[in-house]
Amino acid sequence: MAETSISSQHDWLAEHGDYLYRYALARLRDPHLAEDAVQETLLAALQSGSFSGKSSVRTWLTGILKHKIIDQFRRQSRETQLETPEDLAEESPGMDEFFLDDGHWTEPPQSWGGPAGLLQQDQFLQVLQECMDKLPKKLARIFLLREVEETDNDEICKELEITPTNAWVMLYRARMSLRKCLEMNWLAGG
Amino acid sequence: MDCKHATRLLSQSLDRELALRQRLGLQLHLLLCDACTQFFRQLSLLRQAVRQLSSRVEHDESLKLSDAARTRIAEVLAIDGRSSSETGLQPGKDGN
Repeated sequence: MAETSISSQHDWLAEHGDYLYRYALARLRDPHLAEDAVQETLLAALQSGSFSGKSSVRTWLTGILKHKIIDQFRRQSRETQLETPEDLAEESPGMDEFFLDDGHWTEPPQSWGGPAGLLQQDQFLQVLQECMDKLPKKLARIFLLREVEETDNDEICKELEITPTNAWVMLYRARMSLRKCLEMNWLAGG
Repeated sequence: MDCKHATRLLSQSLDRELALRQRLGLQLHLLLCDACTQFFRQLSLLRQAVRQLSSRVEHDESLKLSDAARTRIAEVLAIDGRSSSETGLQPGKDGN
């Protein structure tokens, strides 16, 4: 029995390891964290022994991986102290640069054109990538959790142990920073 | 409602259902404000673009586990497999 599970586990690594790695990398954006998530996933799969054969092995493993990715997010949120007063301030200082005292835009947003052309442009996605890298890590994580994982707000708050208001403020800041960065680095160059 | 307030609510509208009063206030604001209308379009493009970016990574077959990571994972799994069999791990319940 144990022999079977060890050998099939090796098959899982060989057959699904790269796929799981890419899936994790797309969300964690860090090769080492992605490797760790794959390791934890396969280990949990081996220990659970509950694969029913009703879904494909890959679907089952991906389901486990999703939980491991959220675990990683949570772990890092704890490590980088989240709850500094500045992070939680509704009127955070960083936002003032976007608006005048009367609440109007300092620089009104430009038209980016339609999604059809834009999303095919490697250059746009390249600049977005660079802008994501510049974002403070905790903002980048919550943004990815929300936009790519499509985690709902209740789940985000539960997993990251923050209040709904914290989550909205952080998502707002992430979006404001990213669109500003895109305007400065993509529109200006293109 | 000023632009600063409107942008906060527009961002929140992507994450939760706004109150009726907030929705009406926003609609009125957007009717009169090109800048915030543009901002809202940008947020939706941003959402689509970041998904596209992740999907590209996910499907980029040139990205693989490094040999070092693969070896390390295989070792960890082998060690755990042995210790599990010693401690008498529950066998899989894969019958119907």
